[in-house]
Amino acid sequence: MIPVTWYLALSIILFSIGMYGFLTRRNVIIMFLCIELMLNAANLNFVAFSHYLTDLHGQVMTFFIIAVAAAEAAIGLGIVLALFRNRRTVYSDEINQLRG
Amino acid sequence: MPGAFLPSEYLAILMLLLVGIAFGVITLWIGRYFRVQRPYFEKLVAYESGNPPTEAPRMRFSVKFYTIAILFIVFDVEAIFLYPWALVYDKLGMFALVEMFIFIILLLVGFIYAWKKGNLQWDK
Amino acid sequence: MNTFSPFTLSSLSFLGPELVLLSVGILLIVVDLFFENRLLLPWLTAAGTLVSLVLLFNSPSGIVFGYMYVVDAYSVFFKMVCLVGVLFTVLLSERYLTTEKLRHGEYYSLLVFSTVGMMAMVSGGDLIVVYLGLELMALSVYCLVGLLKQDSRSNEASLKYFLMGAFSTGLLLYGISLIYGLTGTTDLSMLSQRVVSLDLINNHAFLVGLGLVLVAFCFKVAAAPFHMWAPDVYEGAPSSITAFMAVAPKAAAFAVLGRVLIMGFADVHIHWGPIIAFLAVLTMAIGNIAAIAQKSLKRMLAYSSIAHAGYALLGILAGNNEGLSATMNYLFIYAFMNMGAFAILILLCDNKRRGEQLDDYRGLAKTNPLVAALMLVFLFSLVGLPPTAGFIGKFYLLVAAIHAGYIVTVVAAMIFSVISAYYYLRVVRYMYFENAVQETAAVSISPGMTAALVLAMIGMIGMATFPGPILSFAGKSLIGF
Repeated sequence: MIPVTWYLALSIILFSIGMYGFLTRRNVIIMFLCIELMLNAANLNFVAFSHYLTDLHGQVMTFFIIAVAAAEAAIGLGIVLALFRNRRTVYSDEINQLRG
Repeated sequence: MPGAFLPSEYLAILMLLLVGIAFGVITLWIGRYFRVQRPYFEKLVAYESGNPPTEAPRMRFSVKFYTIAILFIVFDVEAIFLYPWALVYDKLGMFALVEMFIFIILLLVGFIYAWKKGNLQWDK
Repeated sequence: MNTFSPFTLSSLSFLGPELVLLSVGILLIVVDLFFENRLLLPWLTAAGTLVSLVLLFNSPSGIVFGYMYVVDAYSVFFKMVCLVGVLFTVLLSERYLTTEKLRHGEYYSLLVFSTVGMMAMVSGGDLIVVYLGLELMALSVYCLVGLLKQDSRSNEASLKYFLMGAFSTGLLLYGISLIYGLTGTTDLSMLSQRVVSLDLINNHAFLVGLGLVLVAFCFKVAAAPFHMWAPDVYEGAPSSITAFMAVAPKAAAFAVLGRVLIMGFADVHIHWGPIIAFLAVLTMAIGNIAAIAQKSLKRMLAYSSIAHAGYALLGILAGNNEGLSATMNYLFIYAFMNMGAFAILILLCDNKRRGEQLDDYRGLAKTNPLVAALMLVFLFSLVGLPPTAGFIGKFYLLVAAIHAGYIVTVVAAMIFSVISAYYYLRVVRYMYFENAVQETAAVSISPGMTAALVLAMIGMIGMATFPGPILSFAGKSLIGF
């Protein structure tokens, strides 16, 4: 059996990549994909811990996270589409009407 | 404890991976010295099942694909809840049945909404 | 863990208010799709909210669904705040939606669904339920913010809110996953036992998890330094939704913050206490100082709502029942005064002007003395001047923080309170001592707006003269904690 630390290492790498990408990239679609990466890092943690602790709650949590992430993706893409129709851009540094 | 664990069962997979990569790289590399290289226009054109390509491959897709894809993702993923439900159904009994009916009705309302709004129609 | 809790259909009776709202939400979609008469929708929503409010005080309390769902007086209190918030929003929206040409059906059903999310959130006895409620609320509100599809400011606000919200959700989930891994449970009451029994109070991984959860909730309540989305989102959103967001989702987020910190992590107070104290001061500083520079009343109220989140954090910071009940009381009072101020803002919004700029308020006392007088009361209350309800709320918060020993924080809170008087009273000066720069149109009052203003005034006067009942209700709801 693979020790839980290996999964944790993988998940922290995924999480860090996601967070780094979110903070540095300027294309909102890619920022959004980075968030998905962070969610999946959490999912990996939950499943790994769930297996390690032989407790089902972690897997239940993962189920819900996956389902909610799908809804989130739908809404996020919808918002990006609505914005693109008005502004013709998906770059976050060009989306700057509101400031002050 | 990092280092205490050596995944010996997975060693074979690692070997296969390395051998596979090495095989591909080495054959292509050696091949360069033996094959005849005589490029001309038709040879360099992208292969589209024998038809001559008509437009750039990175064309834009219609946004309608997006809306259909979004709908698909949402309804597809909701189905995962049916599997654990089916597994424990006989232990939970009536309660589970009612709950799943509520769940399906909620999904159905969403479906009717999408339908009525014309999101399932290709050209409205 | 593998035993099934006795799930029976009777457990659904604990969910009465939520089920009513859920059915109303679905009914709204169906009515919107199949009937032409859209004027019915706000009243249907208001009626549903009222029924839910009545049921809220008549449903049994207990813990159902295997410790997943806690219906206690604490959750009832916050559900009341959320329902009052949504009721106000519906009343404010009735005319505003036609002015802004918003779609009615989606608007009201999303509003109702987000309220169901909040109710699940404040009742969550398990982090899974808290997460699900949070997401139901957040996803609905993302859509509501972006509902003005033709307005690029609304699009932008919605995108910013979505990205920030989703990012904070990522942090929250990673934090929860670490906590789950270390304690082996997501049940809040079990968590607090495990933290002690497994001696995790100084465990680094555990503190990282707790830190991530804290950051995520600070995003949700818009506490500095995680507030940067709030002014933009509040400015770009439809005004009625801005009013809603400043009250109901914020109250729900505070409820969860209080429950998680005080029910789940009470023993770790030595670690999170100082952090919250620092964040509270920073939030008050940024909210109040940035508000001074604003030219738009809507954006100024957005910063003011950040500052008020800072005050409300004072109660959480104390980490005891006294503090928490002060926060609850404050959030309830804030719901009334904030909704009142936004009601005036929306009242002045018509086809020609949006009522959002401070200049729109110049000389208001001469053209509309009644409206100006009402605004005066709401602004005085937001400052926290003595005879008003806002003062009562702030007073109990400061007392609680002093009792808990955070003297420096309280002094800072008082200084920033004085600073806040400048920008609130500037609006009063514009209204009473300056002349209108442009011809102001006559204000047309709709039935919903009248009801909202009357309700806000009754609430304000009631809580200023008889603060006892709400305070004791807030205090009583913590006994079973």
